[in-house]
Order: sequence, then C-alpha cells, then structure tokens
Amino acid sequence: MKSFTYERPSNPAEAAAAVARTPNAKFIAGGTNLLDLMKLQIETPTHLVDVNGLGLDQVETTPEGGLRIGALVRNTDLAADARVRKDYGVLSRALLAGASGQLRNKATTAGNLLQRTRCPYFYDTAQACNKRQPGSGCSALDGVSRSLAVIGSSDACIATHPGDMAVAMRVLDATVETVDAKGAERKIAIADFHRLPGDKPEIDTTLKPGELITAVTLPKPVAGTHIYRKVRDRASYAYALVSVAAILGKDGSGHVAFGGVAHKPWRVEAAEADLPRGAKAVTDKVFAGAKPTEDNAYKLKLAERTLAAALNQARA
Amino acid sequence: MKFDTPAGQNPIDQLKVVGKPTDRIDGKYKTTGTAPYAYERHDVAANQAYGYVVGAGIAKGRVRRIDTSAAKRAPGVLAIVTTLEHPRMERGKMNAAYLFGGDEVQHYHQAIAVVVAETFEQARAAAFLVTIDYAPVSGQFDLAAEAKRAKPVPGDSGEGSGGNGEERVGDFEGAFAQAPVQFDETYSTADESHAMMEPHATIAAWDGDKVTLWTSNQMIAWGHGSLAKILGVPKENVRLDSPYVGGGFGGKLFVRADAVLAALGAKAARRPVKVALTRPLVMNNTTHRPATIQRVRIGATKDGTITAIAHESTSGNLPDGDPETAVNQTKLLYAGANRLTALKLAHLDLPEGNAMRAPGEAPGLMVLEVAMDEMAEKLGLDPVEFRIRNDTQVDPSDPKRPFSHRDLVGCLTRGAEKFGWSKRNAKPGQVRDGQWLVGLGMAAAFRNNMVMKSGARVRLDGSGTVTVETDMTDIGTGSYTIIAQTAAEMMGVPLDRVVVRLGDSAFPASSGSGGQFGGNSSTAGVYAACVKLREAVAQRLGINSADAVFVDGQVRAGNRAVPLGEAASKGELSAQDTIEFGDISKKQQQSTFGAHFVEVGVDADTAEIRVRRMLAVCAAGRILNPKSARSQVIGGMVMGTGAALMEELAVDTTRGFFANHDLAGYEVPVHADIPHQEVVFLDEVDTMSSPMKAKGVGELGICGVGAAVANAVYNATGIRVRNYPITLDKLLDRMPDAA
Repeated sequence: MKSFTYERPSNPAEAAAAVARTPNAKFIAGGTNLLDLMKLQIETPTHLVDVNGLGLDQVETTPEGGLRIGALVRNTDLAADARVRKDYGVLSRALLAGASGQLRNKATTAGNLLQRTRCPYFYDTAQACNKRQPGSGCSALDGVSRSLAVIGSSDACIATHPGDMAVAMRVLDATVETVDAKGAERKIAIADFHRLPGDKPEIDTTLKPGELITAVTLPKPVAGTHIYRKVRDRASYAYALVSVAAILGKDGSGHVAFGGVAHKPWRVEAAEADLPRGAKAVTDKVFAGAKPTEDNAYKLKLAERTLAAALNQARA
Repeated sequence: MKFDTPAGQNPIDQLKVVGKPTDRIDGKYKTTGTAPYAYERHDVAANQAYGYVVGAGIAKGRVRRIDTSAAKRAPGVLAIVTTLEHPRMERGKMNAAYLFGGDEVQHYHQAIAVVVAETFEQARAAAFLVTIDYAPVSGQFDLAAEAKRAKPVPGDSGEGSGGNGEERVGDFEGAFAQAPVQFDETYSTADESHAMMEPHATIAAWDGDKVTLWTSNQMIAWGHGSLAKILGVPKENVRLDSPYVGGGFGGKLFVRADAVLAALGAKAARRPVKVALTRPLVMNNTTHRPATIQRVRIGATKDGTITAIAHESTSGNLPDGDPETAVNQTKLLYAGANRLTALKLAHLDLPEGNAMRAPGEAPGLMVLEVAMDEMAEKLGLDPVEFRIRNDTQVDPSDPKRPFSHRDLVGCLTRGAEKFGWSKRNAKPGQVRDGQWLVGLGMAAAFRNNMVMKSGARVRLDGSGTVTVETDMTDIGTGSYTIIAQTAAEMMGVPLDRVVVRLGDSAFPASSGSGGQFGGNSSTAGVYAACVKLREAVAQRLGINSADAVFVDGQVRAGNRAVPLGEAASKGELSAQDTIEFGDISKKQQQSTFGAHFVEVGVDADTAEIRVRRMLAVCAAGRILNPKSARSQVIGGMVMGTGAALMEELAVDTTRGFFANHDLAGYEVPVHADIPHQEVVFLDEVDTMSSPMKAKGVGELGICGVGAAVANAVYNATGIRVRNYPITLDKLLDRMPDAA
C-alpha cells in the first residue's frame, strides 16, 4: 500500500470537491474492495476522502412510491429493510447471495456498484491487464477465462462486473443519484451507469471524476415473483458464474437481467416480450452476438437453463 | 526401544485415558488466540523487522538485473537481499526447485528478493519499487501436451507411497485380452493447493553465527538439517521452533522460502526478521499436488472376479521433481493375479509438485474407485458387492505376505447398512427431490500405515507432574492431546498432570507430522520413553520395576503405595528413548481401510452439485482419541469433496502459472456445501503397528471420498465425468432438458 492522506468532509458536495481538486484521490466507504486493491497496488490513490460520515445512510420512501437508498446504506441493512423485503425481494435476495455476513456488514450500496472485476489477471500485477494498466494488453484473452465475460467484451478486456446487487438494481430500473464538485446533481439510469470495456476498460462507469454517488432510487414496486438465482461452484462466498435477476408473472411475462456474463449487468429489454415463450427464446436474443471463449462458452447454456428455472419458479 | 515383534499386553491397554474422546488440551489456547503461531511470536525476539518476498513475474528464464535503488530509498527500508547477490543456494530435503540464489528462474513466483523494513506495510510498498529485468524463455506448461513425452520413473512421495516406474505381476496384457468383461478408461485430476489457513511464516534471529527460526513446519528434524545445509551453518548452530502449525497438509513438510529469506533478511538487516508468504506465493512459490492423467484397465470374469488390473499415471514436474504416485494403492487394494502399475513423468516448468495430504492415494483413488464403480455397473453388480468379491487378505504381488489387519469388508458392510445403501436405485438419473436429482455413491478408502522412528524425553518432577518433550508437531491434528493421553496412561496420572512441549529442534527427534505416520509413531516414542521413566521411578523408589503398578498418581507394589512425585523429591527424573521399527512392517503389510458413502443433489436446471450427507467408516487400528480422529476424517472428507467438485489450480498454459492464486479464485468447500458428515471407527487393534496398536487416520479420510462424490453424481444424473473436478460446465451439455 502506498502512503496516502485522508480526510472526512462534512457534506456530499464538499466530498466531491475534495476528490475533484486532489490529484489521484478516491472516495472510501466500506473499503471492502478498495483496501484490498490498495494493498496489492492495483489501486494507488494518494488521497482518500471518507464518505462514511455524510449522513447518506437512510432508506426513504419517495413521493412516487419507490425507495431512495442512501449511498452509505450497508448491504446487511438494505437486505433486511422491511420495505425491500416486501416489495423488492429480488434486491434483498441478490444482496444476501453476495460475499459473507461480515463483508455485507461493511459494504455499502454505492461501493457495491463500484466494485471492480475479479478477473485473475487484474489481480496479478506481473500480468498484462488493460483495466489495471491501460495499454499493457489482456492476458485473459488467451488465459484462464472460465469466469469471464461472454458478451459485450472487447479485444482489450473480457472482465465481468462481479456483483449481485447491481444485477437486481438493473432489473428494477434503478436510478443512481450523484453530486459533483460544484454541487450539481445528476440522475443516471442504472442501464447507463456501468459501461462496456471497449478500448477503455480502465473506466468501469460513466461517473465523472469527483462525482459522488449520494443515493440509488428504485421506482415503485413491480408486481410478480422476485427471483435472484445465483449459480456458483460452491454454495456460499463465491462469485456468480451466471446469475439471473427476474421479476416474473405467472404467465412468465416480466423482466430479467443477467449477472456474471458481461462488464455490466446484462439486460436486453427488447427480449423480454418473449419471456412467456420460454427461456431459449429470450436468451437467444439476449446473448445474440456473444463472443465466449472456449473456457466460458458454457455460460450461454447455463444462462438459458437458469432462466428456465426462474420461469418455472414463477409459474409454480 | 526396538519394535520388531507384535505388541503384547501393555499399560496402554488399560484405556483409562487413551481411547477417550478427550477435548484437545491446546484447544483453549487456540480459541482464545493465545496459541503462539509463528508470525505472531512478538515476544521471542526484540526489535523484529518485516520481510516481504518478491516473486518472479515470469515462469522460466533468467533475471538479468534487479534495480533496488528506489526501494532502498523508500521509508522504513532496512535491507534488501536479491537473488543475484547469492550463488544458488543448496536445496533442503525433498526440495525439487531451488529456493533462492542465482539468476535462473525455474518457476513463476520463485523468490528473487526480500525487502526488509520497519513495518510490513513499508516492506510491501518498497517491494513494489523493485524493478526486475528478465530474460524469459519459453517453457512447458501443459501436462496434456507433454504427456506423450513422459518417461517411466520410480516414484517416492516421501511420505511412504512409492514404487518403481513399472511393476508387473503375472501377465496383465494376456489376462486382460482374455477377460470376458473388460474396462478401459482414461481420467484426469487437477493441480491442487494445500490452501492451509496459516501461510508459511518464519521469524529468524541471529546471535553471532547461531540462528533461531520460529517457524511453521511439520517436520522439525528434516527442517533442522535442511536449514543448516541451505544456510551453510553447522546443525548445532540452528534451532527451529514450531509449537503450533495452522495447517500444513504436506505443504510444510519441507523448508520453503519464508524460512530462508527470514534468515537472510535478518542477517542483512542485523535484526530479527519475520516473513510470511502471501497467498499468491503459497500457491505459486511453494508446492502443490500435481495434476495427473490416469488410465485404468480392469478385466474380470462375468461373476465379477478381477483377473487383470492395470493402473498407469502420468504427471509432470520440474527437473529433479517426483511423479505423483497415483497408482500405489492399486498394488494392494484388490485381488487379481495379473497386474500392472506404471508411473510416468513429464517435464513441466510449473511450480514444484510435491506431497499433499495422501500424496498418490488421493488422486489415485479418485480414479481407481470411479473405475471400480464403472466396472461394477458393466458387470451388473452392486459396487459394494464388487469390492467385497475382490477383497484380498494378502499382498497380491506376494501372497505369502499377509495384511497385519484388514477389515475393508467390515467397513463396506457396516457403511452400507448405516447409510441405507440398499435403498439406492442402481439405475442412474431416477431419483428426484424437488429441483434436485439425487444420487448415492460409495468408494473404498485405503492408505498405507507407515511407521517412523520417533523419540521423546519424559521428565517427572516432585509434584508428580510429567513433562513430555519431543520435536513432534501438532498441525491441527491433535498431537498434543494424544501424546498427553499416552503419558498419562503410562505414568498413571490424570491428564492435567501432563505437560506436553512440541516442535523444538532442541527436543528429541520425532517422526514429525506427515503421511499419517505421526499419531502412531510419535505416541509410540512417548510410550518408549515412559517405559524407561517407569523403570527409573521404580529404581528410585526401590521397587522391582516388574511389580510396579502406576495408577491414580501413585506407584504401587504389593502393599506399598507411594505418590509418583516422591520418586522425584530429591531431583527431577528424566528418561529419553526412541521407538525404532524393525522389519516388522515389511513382513506384513500395514494399511488402513475405510468406506465412504455420499449422497449428492444435482440441480436439474443449473447442474450445481451439492453434497447432502456423507458417511465414512474407518478401520485404522486403535483410535487413540475418537474426537480428534473424527475431526481428522471429517477434514479429509471436506478436502476430498473439494477435489471432486471445485478445487483446481487453473493453469495458464501460455504464461506458465496458476492464475487463480488466492482463496477467492481457488475455492475450497465451505460449511454450506456439506451439511451432514458422520464418521464411524471400527473397534479394532493392530498389534503389528506399534505398542500403541494404532494406525494413521489423518489421510485415510481423504482417500476415496472424491470418487464416492463422483459416483454419486453419476447415480444422480447418469453423466460420467472423468476429468476432475466435476464442475457444472462439464455436466451441462449432457443434462436432461430443463424442466
């Protein structure tokens, strides 16, 4: 870990300004991902702006009948929130499928959206990785890629977004609220929040430098069976090989997003009309143009079968 | 004490203390954080500095230049030692790869420098400032590609399993060709990491030309000699101390870079230095269980009598490395007049392959016991019955040589009954429970019982306290407790009157912990020392030692009863002895046996495999402590389940390293994966093993369990996977249509 300076501002705009004016600064919330990456010198901020004390830790009902989740609401608290459990089951289930109890106690809503890939080459500083070191190349392309992206990837990067929560947020049509250094607020649809790697895989999201997430809002609840199905090699404390976040009616109609397959939660709204026709009709469209490696081609079949399981569950 | 005739009646047979499910005597220290593990021994030397190891970023080639100038200027840095400043250092016992020195890189993450600083964080930060100029060369990293060039070699796991490159009994090819039922399949097993909780760690401190290493090592006497050789210091100037080991599984049998670089760092910094390997270094710098490609052929008559059996295994390693001895159990497990076993070794430039819990048998039985399941199905026989039908009470290669005690059949029948095996549907893919396809599988367990020379010193003080000192280690196995139980039984005192001190090279050399020989051998050494102490006590008290009875803290003879401590009232009594085993273990074959039964569920949609329940029935001589033995077997079952379902060091065959080199990428089973485990020990003794009449259990638990899991997956799905681990991607294409 490189030496860094540290400050605790008193309000969100001040925090954003602090990061914007300090070269190589980063926000720190739960620190469950950032600190690990700093120890490995994958992240090397020289200044940390602690946003834990900014009062962004409430879950409130919105006038539209949705929920506004403060950026600092811990994963444990959000998963256990009575309103989330009642009306946004897919979110509660996704949160509880992630990490471990200890990590969820610390991890925050905004931090979870910003967690970085778990690609093994991103983690090994002796290896080429365009995301870690732009221009160095991508060892994963012809390396070990069983867990990596099958769609939306590029010749520069086949990393995945590793999280569960964001996949549920995606199917819920969440909106990310931010404030920048000048105090200007912005709303970013979750669909536009994470980006594809393209030729700039070092940039995970559409946040501008210094822009601070203050909240994530959910629209009013969507009826249906809320399902989060995470498929993994071991039963707990493992990243998704594939996950399905779905809100489905008895006839199979509804909405679905996929995790573990791309650089962002993967959802193709245009395919959802086919949900009543069954999983294959949907995944054929959702994964059209997929470019899997030999190691991870199984994810296409797995996504289809996992969606089929979700449809069965909804119909039962 | 020489042990060369079968054990007769002795004080251990009282079983007042031995054989009881006693809680671990060191448990309270571990659960309260006061057991001193190597890296946390802040009190043993003042002014400790921190060393951080830099591993090579290439798999093969040379280090041209190491620039430490920026690192040396970094805050807190005290010293930097690089591999270019040292000629290549000697290797220790059973090291295939060189640990340090010289410019050659033999494998990824080979240690090439250690940075010493005031704090760990400073050392790590400075390590990132060391820049290295490499001259890489291409290497061989793909076992499947190199297998065709593999050569026959003899194998020795160093833990007792081994043999010649090719061994033959009768005429395998002829008998196989004539067998009415033939089976021939090829399988593969993956590279696996020990993934013990405590990484390799050492604190080193020099006092003049003497060095002490507080370390984490399974084999103190081996490590002692190895470090003297590597550091070029006389043995008497080296001391090792390793009272607690947070798991080893064979990964700490040998000296590794942490010990060498702590010593070099301490010398350079003129301060005590502590070094722990990071998790990536544990996986790529140290050793692992090598991957194998195995072929099994079985020929049998239609009634299921094996007439021919062949098991061949190919693995890879660095030059001077050994093969994985995966065919060893096949020499002894089943009858059959015509036999072939063969080991081949390919040159690979991956990190060093070496012993990991049940080296040989763990991957060997993973394959053999699936082959037996496949053959049973081909014969239309129940797999339990097929194994019983081919039981042997003698060494099949030398029918005059019996097993000392063999009750494999008892394990199989008892397990089948207890597990409800008769309810299994032999036709696969038939049983459904909600989303789960449910299957049952079983396998035999087999691991030889090695015996190793082992010494101990036993002291008695005036208060009647008995202190045992031996360089034996407790790697989480329960050595402290069974040694205390042995001394208590022998000296007739309660357990709380026994103090056990382990892991110090200043103590008498023991068997150490490995190859499941430690429990029986080290307690036999303590037994021998106690026999001598009893004689010394009797002599001091003027009692004929043959008449002395040691019971309830007293020595009794005729009408006389004297408190034990009285014998030491005028000064401590001390006795030392070493148990040495004659050729008794060669005259008869000593092995341990078991049967594993497993129920799995396979998700009908996603093909996720989850174990539902497991049972192991073990026959391993006298069980010295059923509680700690059960823990050993349970741990083995978990590890074997990992091998069957998820554990795989993923080889980057282009760059030559294990890419998933942390515990997020290398998954081992967690509690949620295995909800129910049960262990049954058959009530038996083996008088050929030692005066303790015990045998090993630490590795028996992992032997065969992976095959039982794999056979259960087949029974659940009808899909036979022969490349392990069985991850869901290997099932998906053949799963029944999603419901």
